[in-house]
Amino acid sequence: MARNENEVSAEAHVSEANGQRSGRRQYAFYPGCSSQKGASASNYLTSVESMCKVLDIKITEIPDWNCCGASISYAEAGELPRHVMNARNFALAEQHLPGQDIVATCAACWLGARETKERLEHSSVLLADTQEALKEAGLQIRAIPEIRHMVEVLIEDLGYEELKKPVKKPLQGMKFAGYVGCQTNRPFGIHGESFENPVYLDKLIETVGGEAVPYDQKVTCCGGALAFSEPDKAQAQIKDIIESAYDNGAEMLVTPCPLCQANTEIYQSQINKKYGTKFNMPVLYYSQLMVLAYGGTAKEAGLDGNVIRARKLEEFASK
Amino acid sequence: MSNANQAMAARYKNNFLKEIEEQAEMGEWVKMCMQCGVCSGSCPTHFHPGWEHPPQEIFMMIRAGKREEVLTSPSMWMCTSCYNCYVRCPRKLPITHIMHGIAEYAYRLGLAPKMQPTLHLSQTFWRNCTKTGRVNEVRLTQSLYFKDGFMAGIKKGLEMKDVALGLIKAKRLNILEALGFGHKCKDQQGIQKMLAKARELEAKRKNRQVTA
Repeated sequence: MARNENEVSAEAHVSEANGQRSGRRQYAFYPGCSSQKGASASNYLTSVESMCKVLDIKITEIPDWNCCGASISYAEAGELPRHVMNARNFALAEQHLPGQDIVATCAACWLGARETKERLEHSSVLLADTQEALKEAGLQIRAIPEIRHMVEVLIEDLGYEELKKPVKKPLQGMKFAGYVGCQTNRPFGIHGESFENPVYLDKLIETVGGEAVPYDQKVTCCGGALAFSEPDKAQAQIKDIIESAYDNGAEMLVTPCPLCQANTEIYQSQINKKYGTKFNMPVLYYSQLMVLAYGGTAKEAGLDGNVIRARKLEEFASK
Repeated sequence: MSNANQAMAARYKNNFLKEIEEQAEMGEWVKMCMQCGVCSGSCPTHFHPGWEHPPQEIFMMIRAGKREEVLTSPSMWMCTSCYNCYVRCPRKLPITHIMHGIAEYAYRLGLAPKMQPTLHLSQTFWRNCTKTGRVNEVRLTQSLYFKDGFMAGIKKGLEMKDVALGLIKAKRLNILEALGFGHKCKDQQGIQKMLAKARELEAKRKNRQVTA
């Protein structure tokens, strides 16, 4: 896997220049484990692919990418093994897709990769150890690509105006609670947004013609991985989020994170049993709303992947 | 006392702060805490049972040399990685990482609470995702349900039946993954070698025994 360094930087230069010339945006895509076919966020990927087609965003999967380790592996993984996993993806992206930013759709993948990038860039010791470990897999890091979340690509590289242009069917009269949650918001967050009241998701909802209702649980934690290990604690938090969305008139929840989506959707029936509530609120990804507003079908938007079916949107798509 | 624990207790004698600074990830930040308590008020699991000592209390206990109490506490294991404490801390302590770091160190010394469910999840998740390079969600769920034995696993499975059926119907749960089908990396051998080297280097840097 040894490569000529000059060749790599030349390639990177050309690819960047091409990207600018053609106007088409190209990214090294890091879909993450949950987005794969048959996995818990497979419908997220379906909708992201449809969305990118409309917006002419080219995403190329990083060949043989691996799991980021997520936050929860901290105890078993320790420090270096966790960073080495992310570093392997950096090395693969840089080798096969030089000059392209890495784009993740999952909040945890994005956070894990960004954390690793930050640590490696701040610690020569950690970087040296990482290089030594990567050598075992025939890889090395020359430059660490930028790590972006798909939402950043949308609002920073394209901008709300450009996202609005392809809207054929605005989601008029529909009320959504934009549930930002934690890991696209903290600790890095989206540039220019506040931690306490980020507005990018509300703006995305409005860009596609929907109404973003104000509610007080926008950045409350869904429990994250503790939904598995401490279900009672996590479900108490999820209950507060859904309840607040209902109380403020929302018909659906919208999120940028696969774990937020799953946690707030699939445990509603259990919460109903435990608390005597009657929750039945669909939980969508921002990308699903965009595909529908761009005139896509229910299938292209991955609506068949919602456990709590979004009937209103299914009808909307068929019209 | 485990061997690792004895060795570390002897090495650092009564200087528990120094021990945390050198051994726990981001531990060097502990002395910066000014005891304002914003972290505790910001924690989403604060009001749940099991939350023995909030972060600022843990930090003061470290400085007071309360080694046993800190390392055996269930508190760090309540972290959901929401990073609320982290962004609100007026002195910019990376509290989430410090909590993870102390928890990890306690686990390496064999002092973490027995059968701690989030520790078990951490072990299971990491072993699952590093086995083939990608998470096998079905096997992950199975290992979690069956952690307390076969009958408890069946009972838990039945409790969660509706959740699972909903996901299968939505094509978001591939039951074939139970048999080892599903997503994997191609260069699994490279990943194993890389991780073995990383563990070795980390142990060397922290002057610890290598743990598999």
